[in-house]
Amino acid sequence: MSAPGEPGYSKSEIMIAASARQLVGVRNCFVGVGLPNIVCNLAQRTVAPDLQLVYESGVFGARPERLPLSIGDPTLATGATAITSMFELFAFYLQAGLIDVAFLGGAQIDRFGNLNTTVIGDYARPTVRLPGSGGACEIAIHARRILVIMRQAKRSFVDRLDFRTSPGHSGDPAHDAARGWTGTGPTCVVTDLGVWGFDADTGEMTLTSLHPGVTLEQVRENMGWEPRVAPELGTTEPPTAEELRLIREELDPGGIYTKPGA
Amino acid sequence: MSKVTTMRDAVAELVRDGDTVAIEGFTHLICFAAGHEIIRQRRRDLTLARMTPDVIYDQMVGAGVARKLIFSWLGNPGVGSLHAVRRRVEQADPEPLELEEYSHFGMVCRYMAAAANLPFFPIRSYYESDIPRVNPKIVPMRSPYEDGTEVYVVPPLRPDVAIVHAQRADAEGNAQIWGLLGCQKEAAFAAERVIVVCEELVEEATIRKDPNRTLIPGVIVDAVVEEPFACHPSFAQGYYDRDNAFYLAWDRIARDPETLQGWLDEWVYGLANHAEYVQKWGDAHWERLRPEPAPSGEVDYGRYR
Repeated sequence: MSAPGEPGYSKSEIMIAASARQLVGVRNCFVGVGLPNIVCNLAQRTVAPDLQLVYESGVFGARPERLPLSIGDPTLATGATAITSMFELFAFYLQAGLIDVAFLGGAQIDRFGNLNTTVIGDYARPTVRLPGSGGACEIAIHARRILVIMRQAKRSFVDRLDFRTSPGHSGDPAHDAARGWTGTGPTCVVTDLGVWGFDADTGEMTLTSLHPGVTLEQVRENMGWEPRVAPELGTTEPPTAEELRLIREELDPGGIYTKPGA
Repeated sequence: MSKVTTMRDAVAELVRDGDTVAIEGFTHLICFAAGHEIIRQRRRDLTLARMTPDVIYDQMVGAGVARKLIFSWLGNPGVGSLHAVRRRVEQADPEPLELEEYSHFGMVCRYMAAAANLPFFPIRSYYESDIPRVNPKIVPMRSPYEDGTEVYVVPPLRPDVAIVHAQRADAEGNAQIWGLLGCQKEAAFAAERVIVVCEELVEEATIRKDPNRTLIPGVIVDAVVEEPFACHPSFAQGYYDRDNAFYLAWDRIARDPETLQGWLDEWVYGLANHAEYVQKWGDAHWERLRPEPAPSGEVDYGRYR
């Protein structure tokens, strides 16, 4: 139950609903754990019934019977369409261009959607040693488009990355078009404050909608550069009753990833 | 010829100070029992290779057996950080730890190059990333053919020892795996010496009934160890679930060096072998991790004579 004046859904829930709607008609989707996993399962039940869940652990077409707590959860193997070696998954599925959409996140993102998951501070003596690339570097290059889900803060939306693990846009669309990559880079960033697209002329992150109740001032306070804002800034459609039911009753009944404050 | 031995003897004979050791398995089939035996025998100066160092290498790094990691994702999956590793990287506490890092695909292809006896393996990755800047072993190269595509190449990774876990194997080391395959096969073929650890030792006839499932042939295997529950807190598909609660607990244990040493004293140094570890957790624990059955259908290979 929500108090009067409260929206009736958590920040995670509006992030999940807004992200799932980006997957209309998508078939092959590279999934991570946490929010992206819930997003893909929600999309499969709403806007993308043919969506195949693909995991870098080598699973194609997973049908998890419980909420996976890691990308190698055994529930992803049982009942899947195929399980491949990791070489095959990265070579035949990802590098050869079969993946339509992939989710990435990171400790830092810049205005062109480049991501850092490696270090905060100097590489040789980091303040914080982060996990590194995993598959992110090649996913960023080969998945046809990239969706990013991240909470906004000054320390994560930065003017300059400490380390570029996974490439986004370069800032020069002519350069990007000449790269010859299968992927077109990040197309959407969903945060706890709003939804961002990327400007076609500059490749720069552009705010397209604010979540209900969020102000542009809050967005500015939680990022490290002056944001570009779409001329017709909209309001994000809140989660529907059906989306909330699916999230709360089927996808994350324990509220591990979606309860308020999660 | 039977290669069946104990974990103690396999590690004593095949893992030497200064070796490059790969205990592979992507989330699935990570042979913790082998890592614990290496800690127990106090090996030193190891270079530990794994795509995802996971809690097992945090335990080994915390125990002081390693001087270097070769990896592609350095975290506690689904939980967060590996604190023993971070202390050594961020504060050189109690001593520095050398890192050599790749992406997942780069790491898989390093094993692939060694397994196939190639001088390098080309991949379309690392473009406009800082990773090659901090790892000079990742090198850009142009295709010699007309398209002239730029690729990056990675060098072979040939571990002195690979330790792979399988659901079942025969006495010669023919090993069958189902569920997530990771890069166990590539790592085993890449290595100079191979230890196969299995949940169940089976007759050769069981292997021969389903040859498509044999991932690792006995011909490249040096030792076979039957060790049930050897992957805990990782899992063996169809045998026991991942112990996610332990992965969470490790986050707390590893944050404090003294707590970590206390855990090693209690669960590794204080026990003679993995059978004692299994007994110490108790039957109720293993019962809780047992999945419901979901057998595969059988295929008919046909008989031709």
